[in-house]
Amino acid sequence: MPIEVSGKTIETDEEGYLADRADWNEDVAKEMARLDSCDLSENHWEVINFLREYYDEYQIAPAVRVLTKAIGKKLGADKGNSKYLYELFPYGPAKQACKYAGLPKPTGCV
Amino acid sequence: MTEESAGGIAKKFLYVNRRAPYGSIYGLESLEVVLIGAAFEQDVSLAFLGDGVFQLTKGQDTKGLEVKNFSPTFRALEDYDVTKLYVEKEALEARGLSAADLVVPVEVVSAQRMAEIMEAQDVILSF
Amino acid sequence: MLHTVNKSPFEHRALETCLKFARQGAAVLLIEDGVYAAARDTAVAEQVQEALKTVSIYALKPDVEARGMQNRVMDGVRLVDYGGFVDLVVEHNAVQSWL
Repeated sequence: MPIEVSGKTIETDEEGYLADRADWNEDVAKEMARLDSCDLSENHWEVINFLREYYDEYQIAPAVRVLTKAIGKKLGADKGNSKYLYELFPYGPAKQACKYAGLPKPTGCV
Repeated sequence: MTEESAGGIAKKFLYVNRRAPYGSIYGLESLEVVLIGAAFEQDVSLAFLGDGVFQLTKGQDTKGLEVKNFSPTFRALEDYDVTKLYVEKEALEARGLSAADLVVPVEVVSAQRMAEIMEAQDVILSF
Repeated sequence: MLHTVNKSPFEHRALETCLKFARQGAAVLLIEDGVYAAARDTAVAEQVQEALKTVSIYALKPDVEARGMQNRVMDGVRLVDYGGFVDLVVEHNAVQSWL
């Protein structure tokens, strides 16, 4: 299901994940969020950028348990917990944030 | 062999890797299964025998092949609480390699010790 | 004759068989897992060095790099890219693939 970003058509799969990771930019993330009626705040971006760095380093999108723990280590315990992350990303922190970050669905997510 | 954990009974799982990384899909698939399985909080170990040790070598660059380089993902296993990686000593030596050539810390073990590790498992999955 | 070998010399006997039948002046191109035979200081290095006295041995560079072997290729084995692979095929009257 393609999305339109600044006049360009970008391919996504049936769940809205990018077909080609190279198509990602911040406007793509914003458009994906807009389609979910989600307004991206600083706090959202913190998680999105964290996921992009994690993928660059390890070539995977982390499972939600791993994401929560790693966020806690990097950004503090007040952010490294399910409540905080689910409030930001109600569709599931790993799934939804990975989508906005232009990554594949986390391994092990169904 | 099994012990009670908060979420139920944790079994000892061993994933045995015997194939080189890019000549077949086995290595990548095995790693995917390990990552998926890690969500179930079992007692997981990985063994690398024969050409399987090649999966862990440093310096892999797959740009020319246009396939995914999955060697960096082994470094994420620690985040998944998978820390027991056993490598067959004879396999490393026959291939001119040592533990220093590998992307993650591993325990280099003799074939005899590896056999004991296998003996102690509840479930063994071979790739 | 150009011979290609795509299996690891540590798990298969394709290279050994190939070298037994490769005649003086033949070319052997190592591809896919076959490139592991090009590494120094392995259990098969001596066999490859012996073969280098009579045949030319090449290894496909993208396969060498994918496997992190770029710094471990033994002297005498020449690296070729995909274009070089095509050149080798064109230069030789026949290709035998030891699958």
